[in-house]
Amino acid sequence: MPSISRDEVAHLAKLARLAVTEDELDLFAGQLDVILQSVASVGDIATADIPPTSHAVPLTNVFREDVVRPSLGQQQALSGAPEAEDGRFRVPRILGEEA
Amino acid sequence: MTNDLIHATAAELAAKIHSGEVSSVEVTQAHLDRIAETDGKVNAFLHVDTEGALAQARTVDEAVKAGETVGALAGVPLALKDVMTTEGVPTTVGSKILEGWLPPYDATVTRKLKEAGVVILGKTNMDEFAMGSSTENSAYGPTHNPWDLDRIPGGSGGGSSAALAAYQAPLAIGTDTGGSIRQPGAVTGTVGVKPTYGGVSRYGLVAFSSSLDQAGPCARTVLDAALLHEVIAGYDHMDSTSINAPVPPVVAAAREGLSGDLSGLRIGVVTQFQGEGYQPGVLRSFQAAVSQLKELGAEIADVSCPSFDYALPAYYLIAPSECSSNLARFDAMRYGLRVGDDGTRSTEEVMSLTREAGFGPEVKRRIMIGTYALSSGYYDAYYGSAQKVRTLITQDFAKAFENFDVLISPTTPTTAFKIGERANDPIAMYKADLCTIPANLAGTPAMSVPSGLSDEDGLPVGLQIMAPALQDHRMYRVAAAYEAARGAFGGPSL
Repeated sequence: MPSISRDEVAHLAKLARLAVTEDELDLFAGQLDVILQSVASVGDIATADIPPTSHAVPLTNVFREDVVRPSLGQQQALSGAPEAEDGRFRVPRILGEEA
Repeated sequence: MTNDLIHATAAELAAKIHSGEVSSVEVTQAHLDRIAETDGKVNAFLHVDTEGALAQARTVDEAVKAGETVGALAGVPLALKDVMTTEGVPTTVGSKILEGWLPPYDATVTRKLKEAGVVILGKTNMDEFAMGSSTENSAYGPTHNPWDLDRIPGGSGGGSSAALAAYQAPLAIGTDTGGSIRQPGAVTGTVGVKPTYGGVSRYGLVAFSSSLDQAGPCARTVLDAALLHEVIAGYDHMDSTSINAPVPPVVAAAREGLSGDLSGLRIGVVTQFQGEGYQPGVLRSFQAAVSQLKELGAEIADVSCPSFDYALPAYYLIAPSECSSNLARFDAMRYGLRVGDDGTRSTEEVMSLTREAGFGPEVKRRIMIGTYALSSGYYDAYYGSAQKVRTLITQDFAKAFENFDVLISPTTPTTAFKIGERANDPIAMYKADLCTIPANLAGTPAMSVPSGLSDEDGLPVGLQIMAPALQDHRMYRVAAAYEAARGAFGGPSL
């Protein structure tokens, strides 16, 4: 039986870039545990000899002719940006002070 | 007059508009008035595009006056699920993270609707990122079922189905990842179709679970759904999973079905989808539908698909896994919400604060389940096993379709439940999708057609019809024949 601790949920939230609150950690730890236990039954019938299916329609790479088509202009692409500067997306600092 | 216009089918409205008997502007205005009058109670719409709708209606009216040939549904109003991008018109996906976003492009479905002259009334409410079965997960408040305002309209496409049931629109678009078109259709007494995966382009459909997401038509009649299906379907080079094959002849099949003859058609009743956990009134309605299909000449027998019992757990691993990856794009950098950028915080901190503020609890739960299921050490036990179950389900369908032309079941185990009843119990909520999920995992088409009202609570019940891939027309034929035999079952009073 799987079991997921509060610390593990905190780790998952960090990996998923979710700054969850302490209250949420309590809530989600309980709920995620129940959900994971209820879905673990897939292991009951998933034997080694069964090939996995990732996609309902068996497709390999789909190619098309490399032709120039109209696309979004710079102004349109930036139209929804939280912040833009000099025709580019403005983002918070990526590197630390010491880097 | 207004009353006639809002109760008419899309096919009837199209005939009247195209013959000049009534203008598209009149039809559109009647529906806008109906929305204004009823949506305070229903909350089906997140955004009503009055100007855009009337402008499109005027364009169609001018074309009709000039004697031009117009599309089969030109001038008919439609409600568009807020998961489809609309250029310059708000698209929120029911989430705070996209509040106020004006997409710079149209989804392929949106473009096809516009080109066909369909009048888009506005964008409909939905569970955030299409994750839910009740529309309670919308960041903009729940939609109420027009049959009983204290009850859910299903989800995730509760807004689209409620708009149909409330006579706010004769046509709507939904998307179905695990039942989000069919289950709302069932609990609102409307028709909802999930086409074959790849039948309708996903370009511009805000992704939840890309291997399962499929857009489809919603309407009050089978023929209307078929007419809309042909408008939105077809190959699209912008979607690499789009199927490059002719659109199944669904309108011809719906018309053929209306003759009421199903002689020789073999229908399988899925034995896994009845019994414990199913509301007695839902099962009685289903049995009555089985009897009517027999009277129409169909040969009916039970069929067992044992792996379907594992479809729900497989889905609640595969869909969260794909969503945890898809929703990584909401990073507060290029569009949408940005929180906490005060000059002191790093990009990573701003991302985490934004996603925390912008996503609701169900979205966070699913992202974390997916992150867990895909992490090393757990991958084989969870995601890997779920993918194997997916293989077994596809094999069960293939075996069943060797002996049967279509399969049937109830669409959902119960009628509409009360708002709030399952809100704090994710597992109970997930069970609403018990019967609809296998078709998503296999990529096969499936639809829900109303089978009247449950005798115990007077609420609508849905009959699910499933067909093999690219045989969408088979289910339309069966549904149209059944619909004619079933007859009218009334509508909600609002």
